[in-house]
Amino acid sequence: MSVAAAGVAKTPARGIATLAKPAEWQLALPLALAYAAFFLVPLLLLLAVSAFEDEKITVLGFANWRKFFGDPFYWKVTFDTVKLGFLTVIATTLIGYPIALVYLGSSPRWQRVILFIVILPLLTSVVVRTFAWIVILGREGVINQTVMWLGISPAPLRLLQTEVGLVMALTQIEMPLLLLPLLSVMSRMDPNLRDASAALGASKWRTLFKVTLPLSLPGLIAGCMLVFASSTTAFISQFVIGGNRLVYLPLLIWQQSLVVYNWPLASVAALTLLVSVSLGVVLIATLGRRSKGYVHA
Amino acid sequence: MLGDILPNKPSSKGGQVPTRSADPSISVRGHTVDLDAVTHRYGTLTAVADVSLTVRAGEIVALLGPSGCGKTTLLRLVAGFLRQSAGSVRIDGKPIDALPANQRNVGIVFQNYALFPHMTVADNIAYGLQAHGRPRDDVRKTVERFLEVVRLGEFRDRLPRQLSGGQQQRVALARALAVEPTVLLLDEPFSALDKSLRLDMQIEIKRLQRQFGLTAILVTHDQDEAMSIADRIAVMNQGRVEQFDTPINVYDRPATLFVTGFIGTTNLLRGKTLHSSNGTTTIALDAGVQLAIASERHFAPGTPILLSARPEQLHLYGEASADRWPVRRRFALPIGPNTMHDLETRDGATLKIVEQRIGAIVDATGEAWCGLRTEARPSLFESSSQP
Repeated sequence: MSVAAAGVAKTPARGIATLAKPAEWQLALPLALAYAAFFLVPLLLLLAVSAFEDEKITVLGFANWRKFFGDPFYWKVTFDTVKLGFLTVIATTLIGYPIALVYLGSSPRWQRVILFIVILPLLTSVVVRTFAWIVILGREGVINQTVMWLGISPAPLRLLQTEVGLVMALTQIEMPLLLLPLLSVMSRMDPNLRDASAALGASKWRTLFKVTLPLSLPGLIAGCMLVFASSTTAFISQFVIGGNRLVYLPLLIWQQSLVVYNWPLASVAALTLLVSVSLGVVLIATLGRRSKGYVHA
Repeated sequence: MLGDILPNKPSSKGGQVPTRSADPSISVRGHTVDLDAVTHRYGTLTAVADVSLTVRAGEIVALLGPSGCGKTTLLRLVAGFLRQSAGSVRIDGKPIDALPANQRNVGIVFQNYALFPHMTVADNIAYGLQAHGRPRDDVRKTVERFLEVVRLGEFRDRLPRQLSGGQQQRVALARALAVEPTVLLLDEPFSALDKSLRLDMQIEIKRLQRQFGLTAILVTHDQDEAMSIADRIAVMNQGRVEQFDTPINVYDRPATLFVTGFIGTTNLLRGKTLHSSNGTTTIALDAGVQLAIASERHFAPGTPILLSARPEQLHLYGEASADRWPVRRRFALPIGPNTMHDLETRDGATLKIVEQRIGAIVDATGEAWCGLRTEARPSLFESSSQP
């Protein structure tokens, strides 16, 4: 903003026209500066730190890169992290898409109710929500009491500190991220399209797969990308529910940087997380665009 | 007899002459639609109240009325998007009430066309055929044929958003017709088109309807559209059918005061009946005249009535006579070859009269008397029936 003011002050004679023209990029300047200072610079620092061999950051070399990618343990942590992301995406989609369909078929009043229920989790802190899941998933938790009462299993199931329990919790926690873009796309869909499909003789399922699904795909892809990026990096949920038994990249980074103080190795892990999350997001977008081509044919 | 009742419209786009389809595989048999005491309520609101209509095979019926009169609800009931609260819908005599929309085989063209935006023109037309499980080869041939029928062959690979409004409507028509529906439903199909295109599309729909011998139901709030395209018009008001008759009868023999006001322009004059016999009712108008009016209805003497006369049924005279009443000139507007006179009667009613000028300059200043033209047949209504 100060740049804009200076620019105007220097050329007062040219007036409004000069003010309007540079203003467009100047308006983006504060954000661009913040982005550069708090994202680009740290990223470069991260790259720089990862290129040192010792914990004191004095000796240049790629020992930590070799260590990270030479050790099957770190490979497994990376793989588990990406897998956790995809499992959460699949679970949220399987549960969230039917909710979106219910939303689509509801009266405006019920749509507002559903939207409120969807947004509700966002109004409470992630920490609170995650601790609630400990109560639900624990040995004496709601799920185990139901399972025992129904006689499905004689002994309580182990859900805490397992991948299944973590995916269950993340599915609930990340659900708004899937639903918000999906619902906004769905509510903009012309309801006559589904009527037109029915009048042409199409069954409900054909209408769903040929009309509703392809037209809601942009919202679904956006939602899946958000869920993937958010669940792979959900440090609090992963740590509180997974404990020390389940190690994912965020926990590894925390351990290496703040417990072991091996910043170069933590940097390598952080960069690996960044790259694998980005690849996952790109993969989802590509799959989405591909399948769009198929559904349209 | 296929499609040559109307002259072929010269195509403004590639000079393509429409195919006068003598294709024997195109069905020319229409189907009848019967609405039997159909009622539909939304909560406590009655949108359609006890409507009974019979649509003959191969006929276009227009549901005409102001917005909120229930015409669109009625169309959605026939399509099966809504299930009526009471009554029955029959196609070819068979009730279709229990059938969901996708088993009714009713074609519909929406006001906004509702083309599938992610499919090409050809895929839109193929959609219904595929849903009906037609073999691939059959689908391809039928799509080709209907692209020809609506003259959009060269646009087959375009997406709907790459087409003009008129082209989109032709795709919507082709898509609806390709599955050989029993009835074609048209929901305000012309309202999104600009005026010059509207007439073209009305002719196009009439052409296709004749070519396929289709039974069609058209929903519209535009009386000119209903008059020009429909074989019969059902005038609707507040969920009820006020009159169901040919366009000419609806205009010339309005059944109710609502119809007379909704269709065309009319002049209403207050008065009461003196006596009524042998199809003639003698009335005394408050404007100061006694008139003998041909009327099928019988009125008790002294009934308060409204005389409804179209602007073209009245004539302006320069001198008084027993069957004329005095009027005060307010202003005159030239409208093309006619002059529209705005007048006021003695009892304060406004009259509009349309006179042909026939070249002469009419004196529009002197004293004036108004009378019925010799052949005119205005309508009489009990004034208590005023809405």
